[in-house]
Amino acid sequence: MAIRSLASRRTLTGLKETSSRLLGLRSIQTFTLPDLPYDYSALEPAISGEIMQIHHQKHHQAYVTNYNNALEQLDQAVNKGDASAVVKLQSAIKFNGGGHVNHSIFWKNLAPVKEGGGEPPKGSLGGAIDTHFGSLEGLVKKMSAEGAALQGSGWVWLGLDKELKKLVVDTTANQDPLVTKGGSLVPLVGIDVWEHAYYLQYKNVRPEYLKNVWKVINWKYASEVYEKECK
Amino acid sequence: MQIHHQKHHQAYVTNYNNALEQLDQAVSKGDASAVVKLQSAIKFNGGGHVNHSIFWKNLAPVKEGGGEPPKGALGGAIDTHFGSLEGLVKKMSAEGAALQGSGWVWLGLDKELKKLVVDTTANQDPLVTKGGSLVPLVGIDVWEHAYYLQYKNVRPEYLKNVWKVINWKYASEVYEKECK
Repeated sequence: MAIRSLASRRTLTGLKETSSRLLGLRSIQTFTLPDLPYDYSALEPAISGEIMQIHHQKHHQAYVTNYNNALEQLDQAVNKGDASAVVKLQSAIKFNGGGHVNHSIFWKNLAPVKEGGGEPPKGSLGGAIDTHFGSLEGLVKKMSAEGAALQGSGWVWLGLDKELKKLVVDTTANQDPLVTKGGSLVPLVGIDVWEHAYYLQYKNVRPEYLKNVWKVINWKYASEVYEKECK
Repeated sequence: MQIHHQKHHQAYVTNYNNALEQLDQAVSKGDASAVVKLQSAIKFNGGGHVNHSIFWKNLAPVKEGGGEPPKGALGGAIDTHFGSLEGLVKKMSAEGAALQGSGWVWLGLDKELKKLVVDTTANQDPLVTKGGSLVPLVGIDVWEHAYYLQYKNVRPEYLKNVWKVINWKYASEVYEKECK
């Protein structure tokens, strides 16, 4: 495919205003696909431009669209007092809302090499990683192993347990956000191990994807989140 | 097909064999903790082997009957339970498309209730995990690896096309055998 189309900016929709209904008793907040802070091809060769484009424009966009639809339906069901319908919608809300939450974090967890992608974390996060995992290599090894071993679709996370004040590595299934594994968990780095995140480039060899993705992990962003939570 | 067979299914077979070896050792040692810990690997890899073994038989080239509608008893049962083959296809395709994450969509026979059912399973769970009396007739893999290189994110397009190579002859054989 043309380099030009791969390099083209990933601008989609802009900032969305709150949507209000015509006869609105109240309005619901809907969501839009966030722009990537880099070109689709900027993470190559770790992640191909083709994957980035489809992952962003198709997969993440679908979560946003379906989440908005589910929220609309939820609003109507709540207004009607239809508890059955409200409960029935929870699956779509969790899956698509989770997909939107997780991917929004993921795009920030990645950065082109020339913008610091892959550079080890400094400061307090770097120190905390050494404390809890021995070294960055130790953390990477653990996350890669857990990501490779994940059965089916899901995510592998580096999280901060706000309460216990310690770093943790955990996985979630499908589009479950990290918070579903513990209310005090704050996601610092999430790696998508759904097949769509790597298959076009790495085929079945998920471990190879996990080996390479670290070259574009944006530790600066993870450090910012960590330091903010530790105040 | 090649990667699905030689890489994915082969990995399930290899890992299932490894898990069975380890299970044998753990059972011999009386290590209940290890036995329980192995169940996840056994279910996942054993299930993967079971499911894919069925899947390859569920498919056939067009020139060998792939896509030809089921005749005989199964054809009749499908009309009874789903109105028509199109009705069944529509239902299975919809449920397959809607499946969250990885899994399978099945046409099964409930041996006890003597009726056809459409159901889904997550990851590599075999159909029997949804009911002990369920016999798989047709399973369609909706893991992304089953279609992504060709259909990318458009799983519904894969589901639209896969019916052209579904081997209804095999499904009919299984059905008739169970109905004896």
